[in-house]
Amino acid sequence: MEEKLTLFKNRKRFGIEKNIDIIFKNTALVLSSFVAIILLGIILVVFFQSFESFSRYGLKFLVTSEWNPVKDEYGAFTAIYGTLVTSFLSLLITIPLGVGTAIFITEDFVPKVVREIIGSFVELLAAIPSVVLGLWAIFVMEPFFRAFFVFLHNFFGWIPLFSTEPTGRNSLLAILILVVMLLPIVTSIARDSLNQVPKKLRNAAYGIGASRWKTIFSVILPAALSGIMAGVLLALGRAMGETMAVTMIIGNSNAFSWSILSPGYTISSMLANQFGEADGSQVSSLFYAAFVLMILSLVVNIFAQWLVKKFSLKY
Amino acid sequence: MNSLYYQKRLSRNIGDTFFTSLSVICALIAILPLIFLVTYILIKGGSQITPELFTLEPNPPGDDLDAGGINPALIGTLIITTIASIIAIPVGVGGGIYLAEYSKGGAFSRFIRFGVNVLAGVPSIIAGVFIYALIVSTKILFGSMYSGLAGGMALSILMLPTVIKTTDEGLKLVPNELRYASLGVGASMYTTILKVTLPSAIRSIATGVVLGIARAAGETAPLIFTALFSYYYITGFGDLFYEMGSLAVLIYNFALEPYDAQNKLAWAASFILVLSILSVNIFSRILAAFTEKTKRV
Amino acid sequence: MIKTNKKTPKNIILSLENVSISYGTFEAVRNVFCNFKKGDITSLIGPSGCGKSTVLRSLNRMNDLIPNCSLKGTVLFDGTNIYDKRVDPVEVRRRIGMVFQQPNPFPKSIYENIAFGARINGFVGDMDELVESSLRKAALWDECKDKLNDSGYSLSGGQQQRLCIARTIAIEPEIILMDEPCSALDPISTLKIEETMHELKKNYTIIIVTHNMQQALRVSDMTAFFNAIEYEDGDGGKVGYLAEVNTTKKIFNSPKEKTTQEYISGKFG
Repeated sequence: MEEKLTLFKNRKRFGIEKNIDIIFKNTALVLSSFVAIILLGIILVVFFQSFESFSRYGLKFLVTSEWNPVKDEYGAFTAIYGTLVTSFLSLLITIPLGVGTAIFITEDFVPKVVREIIGSFVELLAAIPSVVLGLWAIFVMEPFFRAFFVFLHNFFGWIPLFSTEPTGRNSLLAILILVVMLLPIVTSIARDSLNQVPKKLRNAAYGIGASRWKTIFSVILPAALSGIMAGVLLALGRAMGETMAVTMIIGNSNAFSWSILSPGYTISSMLANQFGEADGSQVSSLFYAAFVLMILSLVVNIFAQWLVKKFSLKY
Repeated sequence: MNSLYYQKRLSRNIGDTFFTSLSVICALIAILPLIFLVTYILIKGGSQITPELFTLEPNPPGDDLDAGGINPALIGTLIITTIASIIAIPVGVGGGIYLAEYSKGGAFSRFIRFGVNVLAGVPSIIAGVFIYALIVSTKILFGSMYSGLAGGMALSILMLPTVIKTTDEGLKLVPNELRYASLGVGASMYTTILKVTLPSAIRSIATGVVLGIARAAGETAPLIFTALFSYYYITGFGDLFYEMGSLAVLIYNFALEPYDAQNKLAWAASFILVLSILSVNIFSRILAAFTEKTKRV
Repeated sequence: MIKTNKKTPKNIILSLENVSISYGTFEAVRNVFCNFKKGDITSLIGPSGCGKSTVLRSLNRMNDLIPNCSLKGTVLFDGTNIYDKRVDPVEVRRRIGMVFQQPNPFPKSIYENIAFGARINGFVGDMDELVESSLRKAALWDECKDKLNDSGYSLSGGQQQRLCIARTIAIEPEIILMDEPCSALDPISTLKIEETMHELKKNYTIIIVTHNMQQALRVSDMTAFFNAIEYEDGDGGKVGYLAEVNTTKKIFNSPKEKTTQEYISGKFG
């Protein structure tokens, strides 16, 4: 045995191997902290760049809608309103559609193969770049819906949301293209949450004679609710930050209007439009708007994560 | 009578039929436009494809009927995504290795995992704004402002969370027994990771990373004021420090032009972008399904 | 290695001195004193939750890999406390090998499975020869000599476990730890592994955790019986301790402790 041991010359770890081990670990540690550094960097940079505008306008920035580079007056209310109204209304349409679709592909109405094809098709759509959706919205969706918008205005014009004459690109089109973008997110997360509901719950409800939809509404949906909620919040964050498709179709006007049939603005479309050419205090005001957008999406995201955590503890 | 036969008129059966139809309608409303959209892009864009498209520079918008090609944008997209990958993959894989292999679920790793999720939720345009403030406006890169390099950096911020996440999750799927086996014969931690755990997880990590790259290739918002756009051929290494075109920004710019020739170029670029992204997605899905099947045997 | 002044009898290769192991605030095993003799097979037996696997894993610092696991006391190996801050756990594992409960071959060829560990240990001899002799010692050579390039996973469960034993033997450790090596195997594979162990006894010290008392009786020279008692504060939690250690014959024929008697006669466990 003794002589054989001499064949293993690394029985003792030499300094070099130990050092490689330590260097490897520390490199990985440094690389993983890059995430924190970048995140912190983004927050700090955007905050400090917006500082000039922040100290000049304070919170008034959030509620005034004057955006005038000539007079150097800035307020982001139009964009903030646009961001909120487009994201919430698009979610309002997306949720029933997405959850309905998710139920359709988790129940056994059609053979499994068909359901899986539908499921992966919906997921594939999440991969289509938003700029392509914007292109499609300009050339296909806008002409397609023009007549419908006129109809909306004629019959529901008394509602502030539809109070303006539709002329080309507008917020409602942005909402509709957002629906197309959010559907894959909401559907796939809702499907995953529905699939995670334990089989025994469904069996229990069926076992006492509940009908299919009674079971879905009173057992399965409640059990999957927090997962679906988290998915909805993630979609909300996505909707608020979505830039390209919205910028291309929303009309980009800072003239404030309650109506979604008039051209509008969102924070991200304002950034996309003006950032390249801005100078002076306009830049700082744009950073201020970016900061507002970032806080909005951070809050939504953190809340979603919290929900996911709470959700995963349950099972 | 108390019959066991199915009674259509029973309120619960009416309700069931109603909701079933409702969910079918939802699925139809959700899926039909999506199918329409994809086919439209593929047909409309596909019909614009010509060989010159891949070799020519785009002509500046104007009255000419000939818009030229998308060669610089195509090459630009390849370059910018490559830059993004060169930054994001080592950082992301290294970070993922730390989270999955070294951290023991302490406060630091929880914070980083949280950060990864938050970073994934940061709007893509914010990444552009950040790089603009950090790189473009400060001219820190050898005095150049808008550049392909800056664009790649902005994209890498978007790729990073995906890469870390897939590495972390891929490694966590490797059974601990395998780690014990390696450490049990006296392997150092780095040997264990490089020779045993990473090779076992490499396929799922690679799939995730490739999907991340595909997603980044279509991102526009981070590029519009970092890489900007260029009409000219990319001829050499030095062009990295100047404005660089990309398919995504080309689509954005030319979709908004009033000229039909430019619009057509936008459709053609969309076709190429969508086709490559979809095929990467489908291919990796098939690969994933295939490996799952072989693993079960 | 760092020498300590502690005196241990010559034929004692490994000794536990007042070892307590906890996972976080939960104490798994308390105040263990135990000596392992060179060239012996020692069985660790006892009911589940008595901490015998925990103790085994502490012997080559595999416990380091479990978050929050901490050890108090000393584990002396070759005159050194392997829990001394200056000790490199990787080096400890090169000298004290381990075979795990679940067969865990690398997703590599049979040949590579054995060569991997040897290479890490800086093996400079003839690799083919080492692979053959290790497989022979693990009684696996005849079954796989024609398919050394096949994946380790192509073997049956029992063969995989013997491959893992061969892999451990290949690095010529001084001690081999086995954590219920047969619990996932059928009786025939179990018998084969026991035969292997008898062969290995000539060159190695073996410490084995087993649930199977017949196995302890069949293979081991010494047996250590671990038991678990409720905490004094009586909140229902249990802590493991070493109840009795003696030659296997004595433990099974005339145990000193009543609980040992009860356990081996199947009253609990």
